[in-house]
Amino acid sequence: MKLYFHYMALHVKSRMAYRWSFFIECLGQLLLGLNLFLGLVFLTGRFGAVGGYTLRECALCCGTVLMASSLAECFGRGFDRFAYVLSSARFDRLLVQPRPLMLQILCTELRLNMLPRVAEAAVMIVWGAGAVRWTAGKGIVLLLMNLGGAGVFFGLFILYAALCFFTLEGLEVMNIFTDGAREYGKYPFGIYGKGVLWLLTLLVPLALCQHWPLQYLLDRGPWQYGLLPLLAPLFLIPCLLAWRTGVRRYRSTGS
Amino acid sequence: MKKYLSFFKMRLMAGLQYRTAALAGLSTQFVWGGMEILLYRALWSAHPERFPMGVEALAAYIWLQQAYLTFFALWQWEGELAESVRTGVVAYELTRPADLYGMWFARSLALRLSRGLLRAAPVIALGALIPAPWGLRIRISPAAFGLFLVSSVLMLAVVCAFVMLVYALTFFLEDSRGIMMLGAPVADLLGGGIVPLPFLPAGLRKMAELSPFGAMQNVPLRIFGGDIAGAEIMRAMGLQVFWAAVMVGAGYALMRAGLRRVCVAGG
Repeated sequence: MKLYFHYMALHVKSRMAYRWSFFIECLGQLLLGLNLFLGLVFLTGRFGAVGGYTLRECALCCGTVLMASSLAECFGRGFDRFAYVLSSARFDRLLVQPRPLMLQILCTELRLNMLPRVAEAAVMIVWGAGAVRWTAGKGIVLLLMNLGGAGVFFGLFILYAALCFFTLEGLEVMNIFTDGAREYGKYPFGIYGKGVLWLLTLLVPLALCQHWPLQYLLDRGPWQYGLLPLLAPLFLIPCLLAWRTGVRRYRSTGS
Repeated sequence: MKKYLSFFKMRLMAGLQYRTAALAGLSTQFVWGGMEILLYRALWSAHPERFPMGVEALAAYIWLQQAYLTFFALWQWEGELAESVRTGVVAYELTRPADLYGMWFARSLALRLSRGLLRAAPVIALGALIPAPWGLRIRISPAAFGLFLVSSVLMLAVVCAFVMLVYALTFFLEDSRGIMMLGAPVADLLGGGIVPLPFLPAGLRKMAELSPFGAMQNVPLRIFGGDIAGAEIMRAMGLQVFWAAVMVGAGYALMRAGLRRVCVAGG
């Protein structure tokens, strides 16, 4: 853990060396989040509501998913660049170093330019929170939604890296679940129909941290729905298993 | 002209090698298109009367947008080109007996074409398999279809002219990654990437349609769906020609000016 914080401090220092470009990157990320929100504004503005959700309700949903994905990206991007680590044979070097493998990969990158997006997501959530009649329980559920969602996104990054062992190149298909989920997760997944909702509940359990608990927050579902984010971290198990299989299977080219 | 053409061919061939990448991209594009369709279907079932464009036109717009993605994507840049200005590698390019603007323009065009061609056809085929009214169908006259093809070419010209303008700016700013990073979301908004331009509020829509970004994907996609017809097509295509000409002119002049003051540190 000490090592991790040391690395993180190094990342912060290296980013601060180029303040201007860091600032621009932050601004770019903010615009990306703003575009998500503008999409909500345009469609709810024209139609009054999207699939029965008002702008504030959508903003709450959008903010939660944006928060989860930004947190996961901030810390887990090291896995995203894993195809490069593998193809450049740097992985061998990681294997011989006497530190846990996961830790080393986590240390390779810290995306500080995600922080403004985290703040942006928080603003959306706070604004969207006006649509909810709050109780202490609901507050906890909201927190669980954010953390559980971040866990699922994190699992997706690990899965992505694990698949690189078999394909040796990055799989663009995974972008459906990472970037795609962020884009389409701005609306509760229920509006896309039952098929999509169940797929995202059972296979890639993003809806457990989004659609279902949101029903509870908006008083449209029983309180049990609020507990579903607790199940989401189970998704990490198959992801980690895939990762371990990949590492076992790994044969260095020796170069 | 011949040398630019062969340079273009060379790059096109290189790009066409990445067939698996295109295949992987295909499924991504299909899912994104499908999600978009599902979203608008939910909106349609609630308030069909508030749609600013026909369902069939919208479906055609969405599928073709996915098929055309790499043609107009402004979040994909050739980092190599801008990087070469920063590092000075551009000096090698300058020793070639060809104009830099023409060469890079041909290169950008070839890259977009080679990536896009492989993706476009299967996405179009899959989109056509989706049942009406949410599938991709040709419902316009052959004449309008001809205009659609011309406008697609114009779209590529506008996109490449814009990209070249940013590369030319690199000669003055040294690092143009900032412009690229900020330009992409703006282009997404004004080009019809977030929602098709008819879905924007009236004032913003007007502005977007007149902007160079509105002269990109917006025009061919809406001609294909039959959303704009007759004089509207002529006006939109006129704007495409206008923006292509202005941006090629500006990019060319900027690059000339930039090259005059370029100073490559030896080594």
